[in-house]
Amino acid sequence: MSYQEVSSLSQSWGLVFLVAMFAVAVAYALWPTNKEKFSKAAKSALDED
Amino acid sequence: MGSKMAFQNNPPTASRLSQSLIAACLALGIVFAIFVAAKTTSGAMQFHAFIIITAFILGIVAIFNLGNRIADEEHVVSPSGVFYNNSIVKFGVIASAFWGVAGFLVGDVLAWQLAFPALNFDLPWTNFGRLRPLHTSAVIFAFGGNVLIATSFYVVQRTCKARLAGEIAPWFVFWGYQLFIILAATGYLLGVTQSKEYAEPEWYVDIWLTLVWVTYLFVFLGTLWRRKEPHIYVANWFYLAFIVTVAMLHLVNNATIPISFVEPKSYTIFAGVQDALIQWWYAHNAVGFFLTAGFLGIMYYFVPKRAERPIFSYRLSIVHFWSLIFLYIWAGPHHLHYTALPDWAQTLGMTFSVMLWMPSWGGMINGLMTLSGAWDKLRTDPVLKMLVVSVAFYGMSTFEGPLMSIKAVNGLSHYTDWTVGHVHSGALGWVAYVSFGALYCLTPWLWGRKGLYSLKLVNIHFWISTVGILLYICAMWVSGIMQGLMWRAYTELGFLEYSFVETVAAMQPYFIIRAIGGLLFILGSLVMVYNLWRTIRGDSAAEPTPENIDNAIAAQALGE
Repeated sequence: MSYQEVSSLSQSWGLVFLVAMFAVAVAYALWPTNKEKFSKAAKSALDED
Repeated sequence: MGSKMAFQNNPPTASRLSQSLIAACLALGIVFAIFVAAKTTSGAMQFHAFIIITAFILGIVAIFNLGNRIADEEHVVSPSGVFYNNSIVKFGVIASAFWGVAGFLVGDVLAWQLAFPALNFDLPWTNFGRLRPLHTSAVIFAFGGNVLIATSFYVVQRTCKARLAGEIAPWFVFWGYQLFIILAATGYLLGVTQSKEYAEPEWYVDIWLTLVWVTYLFVFLGTLWRRKEPHIYVANWFYLAFIVTVAMLHLVNNATIPISFVEPKSYTIFAGVQDALIQWWYAHNAVGFFLTAGFLGIMYYFVPKRAERPIFSYRLSIVHFWSLIFLYIWAGPHHLHYTALPDWAQTLGMTFSVMLWMPSWGGMINGLMTLSGAWDKLRTDPVLKMLVVSVAFYGMSTFEGPLMSIKAVNGLSHYTDWTVGHVHSGALGWVAYVSFGALYCLTPWLWGRKGLYSLKLVNIHFWISTVGILLYICAMWVSGIMQGLMWRAYTELGFLEYSFVETVAAMQPYFIIRAIGGLLFILGSLVMVYNLWRTIRGDSAAEPTPENIDNAIAAQALGE
């Protein structure tokens, strides 16, 4: 692969890839069924031990 | 599942087989070290071989002693029925305090040397070039690394409700890491270096650190594997990202070929601009994953714990995590603006650095807002105050960083004291303060004290250090911007207005102010060491109780 190919690939599909990963992370964070699991995890960190 | 439960309900023991196997490996290491000591032409490497022989002999003795130690100290079960490995965290707390003071001290010696160069006494071992990596490695890897290992071992056990995986492995990680520090530090003083910033140790020390670090990763993963909680708490994500990424960075940036297996010198396999890019990809991610992700793990556990409130938004912490790790890894090229690096790569580094501002401030808001509804605790609990101010410094230096990565700003700031000031507002204000907060929390918890020996001393530590940090960073802002402006000043005829030495002379007063700031920071850390020592000894506790909070409020109302 030439330098030109690597840089054009990273400037096009690299952008798509990172935006897609970000969308997945945000969807996971905001998914309604995850809400209870997250609030339980946040509270259980405070457990006495 | 059955065997997992059985393990956790039984008191821990060390396996005879693994004791013997590891002792045999250490014995082989001793034989190899004797061979190297006999063959090498380098006095420094011979010295290191003797250190390794001594350390491995002590290691063999310690391994066979471990069974008794576990029986004595670890057969205490927690309220949720887990036998936690607390001894390793106790050792980590002590090592952190020790290396912290040592690293700060070397830093301040350097600060005085810059103001008064005669203070290097014209000796090779104490010149600036050798002491500087000693300072940076001591504060980042020895102090920061020990804090991260200790807190990660504490947090992963508590949030997983499981004992640390392995009996010998965690101790190998702890003592192996101390050996790495000693080999690195003595190597610098003797002139052994591969001249890569924050990656100065030579190939054989790098291989040793790789062994230690991979074991660390397995201990951490093994503990997550045997967790009782279904969900892995977010602090552990940050710790895991720190451990995995540092392993990757270390392996790639230290890919070198030694000139011989008995000589300390090696050559990097990359050349020219590729080598420069790899180095700064490494070094900036050392900031991003060692000094940021790891310490965010501390923030996400210790701030909620100390404030006795869950994290402000768990969802925000997830977005913080993923966006931080996906952006940070690309920011390194901003260290190479206006160099031979391709222009698009420089712009990419700058763009990702500017974007990083968002997750950083998301994390800061998450940490600070955890106190919403409990801000009054800041009046009565100086430990919480230290933690909160550390998060504020995190916000400040993660705003300044993206600003400085912009090419036009970097043209003024790069190679000047502004960079040094920026690094220290992050290192002293954020990393050291969040570490101090964690050490103040851990010491009474681990040694089973009701509270710290003196909260008043914590407050004194806080104010002495804060004045020190402010003197440091303000002096560096003025000195750095002045230096940058003097370098780019032209006369009417188009000649440079100032010679280099004129800029140095103009900076000297600020060097002195910085050295005084550093001195205050050390004094503060000594106050902490005294306080922790008295706490460990079991002297009286002074945690905020409803009673003394009332007294404090009454005293304030009376204008005392």
